[in-house]
Amino acid sequence: MSVVLSVAGLTAGYGGLPVIENVTLDVEERSVSVVIGPNGAGKSTLLKSVIALTEIAAGSIRFGSVDITGAETSALVPLGICAVPQSRNVFPSLTVSENLDIGTYASPPRNRMETEQRILSLFPDLRDKLTQPAGELSGGQRQMLAIGRALMSDPKLLLLDEPTAGLSPAYLEKIFDLILDIRATGVTIVMVEQNARQALRIADMAHVLVNGRNFISGTGTKLLANEAVRRSFLGGAE
Amino acid sequence: MIEFINLYFIPALTLGSIYALGAVGISMIFGILRFAHFAHGDVMTVGAYGVLTAVWFIPLHPLLLMPFGAALAVAAALTVDRFFYKPLRKLPTIYTVISSFGVALIFRSLLQIFWGAGNEVYIRGITKPLVLFDTFRIAALHAEAILLTLLIAVALHYFLTRSRTGRAMRAVADEPELAAVAGLDTEKVIRATWIIGASLAAVAGVFAGMDTDVHPNLGWNLLLPMFAAAILGGIGKPMGAIAGGYIIGLAEELSTFNWIGDDALVSPSYKTAVGFVIMVALLIFRPQGLFRGRLL
Repeated sequence: MSVVLSVAGLTAGYGGLPVIENVTLDVEERSVSVVIGPNGAGKSTLLKSVIALTEIAAGSIRFGSVDITGAETSALVPLGICAVPQSRNVFPSLTVSENLDIGTYASPPRNRMETEQRILSLFPDLRDKLTQPAGELSGGQRQMLAIGRALMSDPKLLLLDEPTAGLSPAYLEKIFDLILDIRATGVTIVMVEQNARQALRIADMAHVLVNGRNFISGTGTKLLANEAVRRSFLGGAE
Repeated sequence: MIEFINLYFIPALTLGSIYALGAVGISMIFGILRFAHFAHGDVMTVGAYGVLTAVWFIPLHPLLLMPFGAALAVAAALTVDRFFYKPLRKLPTIYTVISSFGVALIFRSLLQIFWGAGNEVYIRGITKPLVLFDTFRIAALHAEAILLTLLIAVALHYFLTRSRTGRAMRAVADEPELAAVAGLDTEKVIRATWIIGASLAAVAGVFAGMDTDVHPNLGWNLLLPMFAAAILGGIGKPMGAIAGGYIIGLAEELSTFNWIGDDALVSPSYKTAVGFVIMVALLIFRPQGLFRGRLL
């Protein structure tokens, strides 16, 4: 397996203040990597650093063989990196179909119709809403649309920032299932999650951040069994 | 009734067309660049002088020479964006707003230097009005302005909803950071915004210049009602701005009609105050505008 994304010794933050320090992680092709940790641990900052929305003080980020440290945010989609922010991740006044269309602008998929049909079969809820403004969707539907938009350009790497935040347990399961379906299509996924236990279950690799630093990394199963992780982040015994 | 239509309603729609075309640009620039462009009136004036110059050299009707005015206005807008607004893009937008005041002064002064401070006209002599059904007497310019504006509004609507650039513009107006994350080229969208905004401003400037005469303060004097129209329509809603333009134009002109008794309801010299009153009332009671735009 080759490494798709490689973050090495990354120190980054906002306004001169570092939020994450010396963070290192490698993401293997066609895997689901999960970043967990307490609030304020810098999980989202790590993800935002990959798409160049933070100030990077030290370290490097490589995508395959390309150094993307501090690249232009909009230049990453053509490389094959698509991100879904945690909030404000759809264009509310555009219709669902227009939102999906925007996803193809920076990097058109090889077969537009085929890609769109594949995405709509992943998210059948969106099929009946194509002409509705995205602002009228429910939270879960918005999340699906946001992921769908990101998939429209056939990315190699999909970054998800807390895709289940604020969703009902029913949707939560649905999103996690979908993430496995997306991985099955050959996409590498890195996601930041609050729902640590469920996330670890589907994770090939998991990274725990504490206070902006690497705390522990390992396979999902290994971390689920880890005593320190269980005690601190999974709320003790199940 | 006929007198009302000939002398008040049609001129009101003409004025509304001018406001509408100017307000579209103000609204789009606010929606995408997030600042109140105070030089927009002067972009109109630049367009008006572009056509004026073309009229001196090419013996055609001013409206047919519109591309020259639009080209000059677009070139002016893109130049100031590159050298004055772009360097300020990452700073709080108040810097750009103040910069646009400076740009307004620059435009006006340059126009005075190159074209003089006097009043100029496009066509000398009197043009005969169009007479419909022996009753309606409509100045040719008024008919042209109203029809052309409606045509532009329809074209703009299709552009914004159907074309790739139009959709990208709406996306950037909605969520600029997400637009960058989705890989949209924000600078390209900004250029498209200036091209459309300045072209429509040039058209408005020529209508205004043909209705009265061309002088360096032409657009600056219209800025206030155009802002009122943009706010009325809901900032960032181009179609709202067009509706807002017509509402302000109608309100200003029709306020001078003798609704009660024989005298004008509002003396014509105060009619611009009507637009101002509407804007103040809106900012107090409905700052999101009639069509739910962004809050200022």
